Amino acid sequence: MRTIRLLALGWVFHVKGLTASGFFVLTSTIQPVIFASIAFFMFEAGARPGTLLYVALGAGLMGVWSSTLFGAGGAIQWQRWQGTLELTVAAPAPFLLVLIPMTLSAASIGLYSIAATLFWGRVFFGVPLHFLHPWLFALALPATLLGLGLLGLVMASTFVLYRQASAFQNLLEYPVWLVTGLLVPVALLPGWVEPIGWVLSPYWGMRAIRESALGGDALGPIAMCVGLAAVYLVLGALFLANFERLARKHATLSLT
Amino acid sequence: MTYGLRVFFVGGLTSYRALFNWLSPWILVPSFLVAPLFQILLFTYVGRAAGLESDEFYVIGNAIQYAAIPCLFAMGNTIGGERWQQTLPLILGSPAPRIPLFVGRALPVVVNGFVVAAFALVVGSVIIGVRVPLGAVAPIALATAVSALSCTGLGLVNAAFGLRVREVAVLSNVIFGVLLIFCGVNVAVADLPGWMQPISNGLPLTHGIGAARRLADGAAFSGVAGLLGVELAIGAVYMALGYGLLRFFETMSRRHATLERA
Repeated sequence: MRTIRLLALGWVFHVKGLTASGFFVLTSTIQPVIFASIAFFMFEAGARPGTLLYVALGAGLMGVWSSTLFGAGGAIQWQRWQGTLELTVAAPAPFLLVLIPMTLSAASIGLYSIAATLFWGRVFFGVPLHFLHPWLFALALPATLLGLGLLGLVMASTFVLYRQASAFQNLLEYPVWLVTGLLVPVALLPGWVEPIGWVLSPYWGMRAIRESALGGDALGPIAMCVGLAAVYLVLGALFLANFERLARKHATLSLT
Repeated sequence: MTYGLRVFFVGGLTSYRALFNWLSPWILVPSFLVAPLFQILLFTYVGRAAGLESDEFYVIGNAIQYAAIPCLFAMGNTIGGERWQQTLPLILGSPAPRIPLFVGRALPVVVNGFVVAAFALVVGSVIIGVRVPLGAVAPIALATAVSALSCTGLGLVNAAFGLRVREVAVLSNVIFGVLLIFCGVNVAVADLPGWMQPISNGLPLTHGIGAARRLADGAAFSGVAGLLGVELAIGAVYMALGYGLLRFFETMSRRHATLERA
């Protein structure tokens, strides 16, 4: 019960904190809207017009990935800057349980992205918001956020040791958008790219959301999101324990 | 005169070097060299999916547009960074002439913007398999340099707002997105809605990117000189506007004692 309370309160606290950040509001709303607009214009002007709802959902999930990447990846660094990292690591509650709400809240902020791109697409581009399986869509969203949030845990646990973690964040934004097929069908990419996407939850999250909205088998991808989330949780816990031990041993925990 | 030149060159270079967070290879390589390549790849594949333009269109557009990252962020950080380091009052309290003081900070940024765009152009072309006529390489390099110069003018405007707003990085991100949509980077200006086109024509990069594309398609330099002239003129207008805003906000900051309010 105390664990659930810690996770729930931590999640609410960090969602509020991230919502107050201009950077996050921008990353999760304006940036996906910009990418969605470009893609709408491209598909409208192009010779092979795509489904605009497909584009709107993809651009929304791009925002979810960006907010996860910067929120989860930056969680440790912000704690360092604020001088609270040592306190949270030394607190009686396991650091894993402190970190999980941070990364889940970063992914949850991405809901703003999906809402923003759907609203923008509907109002300015007339995108029809007809979801073929609304109940599956309602199931796919939290499963996707869980998958991305716990992938964020793996990143956050890896970034404990690195002071230049923000560099990895810059490096990972576009490639993951590309290899997980958020805006471009993976079938158009070279054949060796798709297996990379299989181990990344955004790939399955995108399939779950699109197939529940546009038709197809959404249950398989939803199950993959949940399964990968469990794998990420185990990996994140292992990495975090190891990196925390190393950071204590080398006295690098608070280095900024 | 010599004093002004020293402030321009030495002051500008020193200010740029003070962005030492960026000068770490850990930041510089992913942000300036890798990210633009993936932006090129993403939009090239979206373009292929939409069946809109040739690969060359996206490589040139996105490579040159990526010069906006250093042009906007570095210029913005020269003011925002001074504030965070609490050196802004010292600089604005000094008797240094303001034109070399502010404009001198733009020179290393122009070079940075040019290098980023040129790298993305060359490596992006190799990865995607875009071939440009050998004779067009030097004129395209010039168009890239003019675009970086012009965009730095907009960066100076952005830097001026650094005296008024707290989160310059957020503002830089918004402007970057506006340039990505409006400057004909991924959708030709002619294909944008009518109300967007006058805005496109008033922004830096639009004419520079257009000139580079025409050069890559085999146009003679004389055929795009007009476009590059317009690009330079737009950059000069933004540079003057940025300088004017800096002086205005400096005066207002002194009057309302808000210089150090971060």
